[in-house]
Order: sequence, then C-alpha cells, then structure tokens
Amino acid sequence: MSTSLSGPGAATQSPGREPAGPGLPGKSRTARHRAPTTMTGLLVKVVLLGLTAGIAIWAAFPLVEAEKWVGLAPLAATTAGLFYLYLTSRHIPAKYLVPGTLFLIAFQVVPVLYTASTAFTNFGDGHRGTKEDAVVAIQTASVKQVPGSTEYALSVATQGDPATGPLVFLVSDPGTGVVSAGDAGGLRQLAPADVTVAAGGKVTAADGYTVLNFGQASARSQEITDLVVPTSGGALRSAGLSRAYEGKAIRGYDAGCDCVKDIDTGKTWTADEEAGAFVAPDGERLAQGWKVTVGLKNFSRVLTDPAISGPFFGTLLWNLAFAVGSTGGTFILGMFIALALHSPRMRGTNIYRVLLILPYAMPSFAMLLVWRDMFNTDFGLINNLFGLGVDWFGQEWSARIAVILVQLWLGYPYMFLVATGALQAIPKELTEASSVDGASPWQSFRAVTLPLLLVALSPLLIASFAYNFNNFNAIYLTTEGGPFPADNPSAGATDLLITYTYRLAFGAQGAQFGLAAAVSIFIFTIVAVVSAVSFRRTRKQEEVYS
Amino acid sequence: MRIRTAGVVAVLGLALAATGCGGGDDDSSAPAAKESAKAPVGGKLVIWADDKRTAALKPFAEKFGQENGVTVEVQAVSKDLQTNFVTASQQGSGPDVVVGAHDWIGNLVQNGAIDPVQLAAEQKSGFNETAVKAVTFNGQLYGVPYAMENLALIRNTELAPEAPKTIEDLVAAGKKLKAEKKASEILCLQSGQNGDAYHVYPLYTSGGGYLFGTAANGDYDPKDLGVGKPESIEAFKKIAKLGEKGDGALKRSITAENSIANFTSKKCAYLVSGPWAVADAKKANISYDITPVPGFAGGKEAQPFVGVQAFYVAAKGKNKALAQEFVANHVTTPELAVALYNAEARPPALTAALDQVKGTDPDLAKFQEAGKNGQVLPAIPAMATIWDPFGKAEAAIIGGADPAKTITAAGKTISGQIK
Repeated sequence: MSTSLSGPGAATQSPGREPAGPGLPGKSRTARHRAPTTMTGLLVKVVLLGLTAGIAIWAAFPLVEAEKWVGLAPLAATTAGLFYLYLTSRHIPAKYLVPGTLFLIAFQVVPVLYTASTAFTNFGDGHRGTKEDAVVAIQTASVKQVPGSTEYALSVATQGDPATGPLVFLVSDPGTGVVSAGDAGGLRQLAPADVTVAAGGKVTAADGYTVLNFGQASARSQEITDLVVPTSGGALRSAGLSRAYEGKAIRGYDAGCDCVKDIDTGKTWTADEEAGAFVAPDGERLAQGWKVTVGLKNFSRVLTDPAISGPFFGTLLWNLAFAVGSTGGTFILGMFIALALHSPRMRGTNIYRVLLILPYAMPSFAMLLVWRDMFNTDFGLINNLFGLGVDWFGQEWSARIAVILVQLWLGYPYMFLVATGALQAIPKELTEASSVDGASPWQSFRAVTLPLLLVALSPLLIASFAYNFNNFNAIYLTTEGGPFPADNPSAGATDLLITYTYRLAFGAQGAQFGLAAAVSIFIFTIVAVVSAVSFRRTRKQEEVYS
Repeated sequence: MRIRTAGVVAVLGLALAATGCGGGDDDSSAPAAKESAKAPVGGKLVIWADDKRTAALKPFAEKFGQENGVTVEVQAVSKDLQTNFVTASQQGSGPDVVVGAHDWIGNLVQNGAIDPVQLAAEQKSGFNETAVKAVTFNGQLYGVPYAMENLALIRNTELAPEAPKTIEDLVAAGKKLKAEKKASEILCLQSGQNGDAYHVYPLYTSGGGYLFGTAANGDYDPKDLGVGKPESIEAFKKIAKLGEKGDGALKRSITAENSIANFTSKKCAYLVSGPWAVADAKKANISYDITPVPGFAGGKEAQPFVGVQAFYVAAKGKNKALAQEFVANHVTTPELAVALYNAEARPPALTAALDQVKGTDPDLAKFQEAGKNGQVLPAIPAMATIWDPFGKAEAAIIGGADPAKTITAAGKTISGQIK
C-alpha cells in the first residue's frame, strides 16, 4: 500500500534526518527556493548520488563487455539526467517525481511492454532462441558415432605455448597401439619411438609436443570442442578430455534450399518462417524450432479455439463471483467485527484485536495448504470435527463454498484493520446527532456510518477485487481448479481465468509463453474495465458525501 | 558555488568507493585463484543439482577439481530446476552440467539445452540396460544415469504377513483388516482430487491399457496414443470397480501428502510407493516388506514406470570439454554412485555400485525386482500432455464417473495438445 515515493528522493525527505529548525513555517515562500543547504541534506545527497553513480558503473561493465550499446545508452542517459537534476537547484517538483517515475518505468511499464510484445510471438518451449541456435542444436544432436569405428584414447597437446599454441589431438588406437597426431588438416601417424604411452593408452609425452594436463586443457574448452579432425569415415571429435571418437553429423543445414537434410535417409525439412520450425513434406516437424513473430495468431486462437473459448464465459462468471464473494465477504465480516470492537461498551478490545489479526500475520501460502488438508473427506479436520462426510473438493458447489470460506478466513483481518482505522476517523458527533434526531442504530449506520466508510474504503475494495480476480494461489494451492467434469479435464468448477489459462499455456507440450501473454492481456483488459467503472462510480459517491 | 563544487568532488569520490565495493567480490575470489595458481590455472565447471544431491556431490566434485587442477562449483537449485536450467542456458548464464530426471530429455532437446554424451561400449555395458534405454532419445545417449526408481507394493508385515498375488487378494485382505478394525483403509495408493497418473499406472497396464505405442526405432510414438482406445476403457472399468462406488480401495481422499503418513500410522496395511517412502517406514518402526505391485486376476502384469536420474552436459555451457570429461569418465565410477545412494536411497544404475550396496540394503534388490518388468517413463515432449488429463480422468472414475465417457474425453484433450 505504499506510495511510489521510494528511492533517493524519498530518503532525502525522510523525517528525522533533517533538523526540525528550518521547516516551512519560519521561511517565507520566496525564500524557500533559496533555502540554505544543511550539512545533513548535503551529506544525504552526496551519499545517494554516489551510490547511483556506483551502481551505474557497476552495471555498465557487463554491458560494455557484451557490447550491448543499446542497453548502455539509456543507462548513461538516466545517470546523467539524475546528476543534473539533483545538482541543480531548479526543477524542484521533478526532484520528487523522478525517482518514483523511474521505478514505475523499470518495474511496471517495461514488464508490461515485454509481456505485450511476447504475445505476438511463438516464444515457448521449442521456440526459445534464434534460427541459428536451432540449426546448431539440430546438427550437434545428430552427430553419431560411425558404426564399427575405433574409439581412441585422447591427449590434448600443442606444439607451442600451452595457453595459446594451436591444439593437436594425440590419439592412440587401443587395438593397434598406433599413435597419431590430428588437427584440422587431418591425421598423421607418429613414430612409436617418439611417444610415451601410459597403461590406459593415453599419450603422456611426445617429441615436439607439449601434452596439456586437465587444468590447462579445460581452460581451452571451447577450442577443444570445436576442433574436428577430418577422417575418411567422418571426423574425429573429442568426448571429454581423454577419449576421442569418430563421429558424423547425420543432419546438416543447407543454406541453398533453407532446409535441413538427413544424409542417411535423404529426408529434408524445409524452414517454415511462419511456424518457426523445420517441416518435412509429410508434416513432420523437427523439435528444435526458433522464435518468430506470429502476429495476432495467439489472440485469434484464444477467441476461436473451442477448447479455450468454450468454457471461457462460464469461467469468467465464476471468476467474477469469486472476486466479488471474497472481497464482499471479507469486507462485511471485517467491518462488523470492527464495528463491534468500536463500541465504547466493549472491553478487552486490544486482546481481541491481536487475536483477530493473527490470520493476517500467517503466511497465506502455508495456510492455503493447511486448509486444503483440513477439507479432506476422510482425514480432514472439518469433516472429523463435525462428524460430516462431505466430499468438499469433489462437488462443484461445496468446492466453491470451501474456497470462498478459505478466502474469508485469510482476508477478513485486513478489512477489519482498515475498517477500524476508517471508523475512528468518522466524527462521533455525526452518529450522536442522528440518534438525537431519533434514528435507530441501524438507521444511523445505514445513513451515516456506512456511506462514510465506503468513501474511505472504496479504492481499497477495488484493489482487493482486482487482486482476488487474479488470485492464483487461492485456487491453485487448494482445489487446483477442480472438481473437473468427467468429460472435460481442462476447465474445472473453481477455475479462475488465471488458473485455467495457466493450465492451457503450461500444461501442454511445454510452456507456451506467447499464448500465456496473449491471455493475460485479455485478463488485464477485463480487470481494467471493471476497475475503471468502479473508480468512476466511487468518484461520484465522493462528490455526494464529501 | 563552493558547496556545489565540493558536492561534485564528494560524489565522484563516493562513486569510486561504491564501485570499489562492488568489485569487492572479485577481490575475495582472488585468493582462491592465487592458491590454485600453484597448480596450473584451469577451467571452471559449474554443476546444478537439487539440494539433496548437491550435498552428496560436493566432496566428489572438490576431489575431481583438486586432482585435475580445475575449479568445480556445485550449485543447489531447489525449485523448478528444469525450467531454470532451460531459461538460464538460453541466456548464456547456465551451468556446464545439470542433474535431473530422464523424462526431462525431450523438453531439453527441443530447447537445444543439452548435448549427446558419447560413452564407450564397455562403459555402457556397466549400466543397467533399462537405465541406458531411458536416457536414449532419438537414438542418441543424452545423459549418464546414476539412479533408478520405480513403484512397488510396501506392506506392513504385522498386519498383512502374506504378499498378495493379485489386486483382488489385496482387496479381500484389506477388507478383512478393516472389518477387524485393524486398519481404516484397504490400500494407500495416492490419487487426490485430481488423480495421479504415475501411481495408478501399474493398475492401468494390468488392465491392458497403454500410453504410447512403440515406433520402429524403439522410442515411444506420440502418434499412437493409447488413452481413449478400447483397451484403456477396459482398464479403467476394472479400476472403477476398485473405486469409491466399488470396493473403496482407491479413494480421492488419499493424497500425495497423506498416503505415506497413513501407512506409517498403520491406517492402511498396503502402500504403493517408491524408494523414497522407505525412510519414513523405518523411522516409524514399521516392519515392512517390498513386493511388486500386484495386477488384476487374469489380467496382464502390472508394470510400474521406471524413472532414471541422470547427469547431462549443457549445450550452451562454457566448458563443454571438461563437462563431457566429468560426465562420461567420472560419473561412471561406482564411488560417486555410492555417495549419491547414501544421500538418498535409490538403487544405483551402475551395476557395480548396486552390487556394492545391495549387501547392506536388501530393499534395493526388492525394488529392482518390482521394477524388472517396468516401463521406461516416456521422455518424449508429448508425455507432458498426458499427466494432467489422465490424472483427472482417473480421479473422476474413482469418484464414480462413467469410464468410457471420461477416458474418451481425456484422450481427445491429450491428442489436441500433442503437436
């Protein structure tokens, strides 16, 4: 519930840091712009700006190293802008607004834009990287040992400096004992007198070569993996640092036809830039695909796929009922407890307050799991305590009632807290006046207390509604959306839109982030519309009562 | 003006100090580098594993590092290791070696996240055949297995001295115990409200059902889906008879959380579970025995899934040659397999290691016996579409839904999700 005024700007403003003396009252309005800089203020400013510069430099190094100039530019611009802003005495309002705005951009706007841009791609499992990545993956995955070929014992060596000299594979054939040296030019047999071979067949020394130990060799790992020694049957490749095998890439990419060819079967898979995959004429796809822009395909799939749009409205209806039920239920319960404790005749209110806040203090994540087990038919506390045999999560309506009950328990302390605060802000005179006028307690509550409470609490109720609308944990950790109708395992009775789409996007063959992003844009639209309408109505109400 | 100049100077000073602090991490790692500088400075190998295995791997990794003059870092990733690995390696910040279940292979391969491993023929022959089959995908070996696991029937020998030959025997014995008030449940086979495909699978195969047919190259064929076929309906008709409207042996109230606990608190005499349940049974001082999961009388044999834990070489690792060396030549040694067995008692996939620990732990051989006829858990990406709909269909049928209608719908949902 904190405002966005955190960060450097807020810290300079934090109470207590500045001496009480140079406050507003003593100074005239014109003099405020030229207020003398206090020592504390200066120190705070210097420390915070120093930290900003420090973080900026720390973040710049990896960017420079990776030559990500697109990322470096906004970093430099932001840092320079911040320095200018806080070292000049002008732009006073901006000094307060900029930190919050920066955090807003970094943590709200950028993720939202990223989600929106993902919705137009097929980003997901099997479509994560670029086409080049996919080609490399296909080729590496197809390297097979040539049938019947020899497996060699390998030593990595060089004729130059161990750290930089060109690499050579010294391989010994375990059958014949013949030692050869191989590099990109091919294999050359070495004279047996020139080499020392250990028991396992590994070459430990060779004339004219320096044999690298594991430490030295592992420092040049990339070069070793890349070194391929051509042979008649295929090519010698390293399998680790102590063995080499003769392998052949069965599949290779041909830029001419933009396709992948299998040299064993002759089958070809042509690149399909719209699907981001290599597809054979018979429709077979290679698993390794790449990320492409698919336009509005994800959105149209949400609207036209009967598996998605079919149960959509039923789910939406229950979703609204769940959000309204959770928010309304917790509000009513919390408010009545607050009213009861607000009564001057009530004793021991502090103890009650502490006890009532307890559910709020417990981690909801753990409590949801505990509640799930309490609703178990045979072993759950609820059925055992009341001697019931209700299959709570096995029937539509009992499952719905159960999840709302759990939300009620988890959520009412919050409503109780805010209602208590709001009640204390309502002047006693108002209710006293209404009772003098002859109103019953119920009438004065209806006509005076409730409207004033609502004016204060409406924004919180809307926020709570938006939160509950997407309350993934409340469902996923208890019923997981169930119970499910026997003929449709994809939409359950307690499914919210968010749990339902989670199953769609991540339940199938790997994660489909593109589809998930598209659906979350739909959900965002629904929540935004409901919230906007509610806020508009609240404003009207405020105009009446304030 | 003077103040402002002073401010600028101070700010710059602090900025330098702040970056200096940021660089402090590098300084602290410098002594380590200096130490190993006595030995030649080598590459660095980063291994990702879950918490339990990280602890077991650490001493072994350190030894490997010292012997070979390289730095080995074992990092624990306690949640969503597979997803984190795929995401991190896509961004180039992943490890060189990752440890995980073999049914990840399909997804890791389609994301280009792991490389095949080349093992010599004699290395391969040292492993259990099923384990090697499990890590083979598209004709390539993608990982080096170290442990296997499968379901078995664990029974409380005080309550049920005889191992049941069929499910019908088990139900009869369980009902008798229930009537005598010695137990409150017939069988603890976890299902939960949304089912559990893994645990019900032995019964499904005994009833004649299958998930995927086998392609010509021995891999599972996603085009031949067995869910929704007449065989699967027959199997679920038999399972329905054990359900809540039938014998009451299978219940949705028995969940992953309470199944083992019910067994150890003697609420049920029979438990269908894996090697991970044994530690709890020992702790509760239950006298138990382990036998294969029984099938239906006159049905096919009950085949549990066989899962394999394996080491993989990351395709986008920074030190692939060293990673290949570690995985192919050092994970294949019995010492590491035994150390990992000590961290969590699952039967080692390396025959030599299994022989070494079999003497002190008779349960291992019993689990292996129970998994002898098991089926390798399919690693093809299409398997991911099975779990959820299949489990839910199971739960609905246990609860009394019509098997034919339910399983046909599940088959339709699954085939709609297979690409």
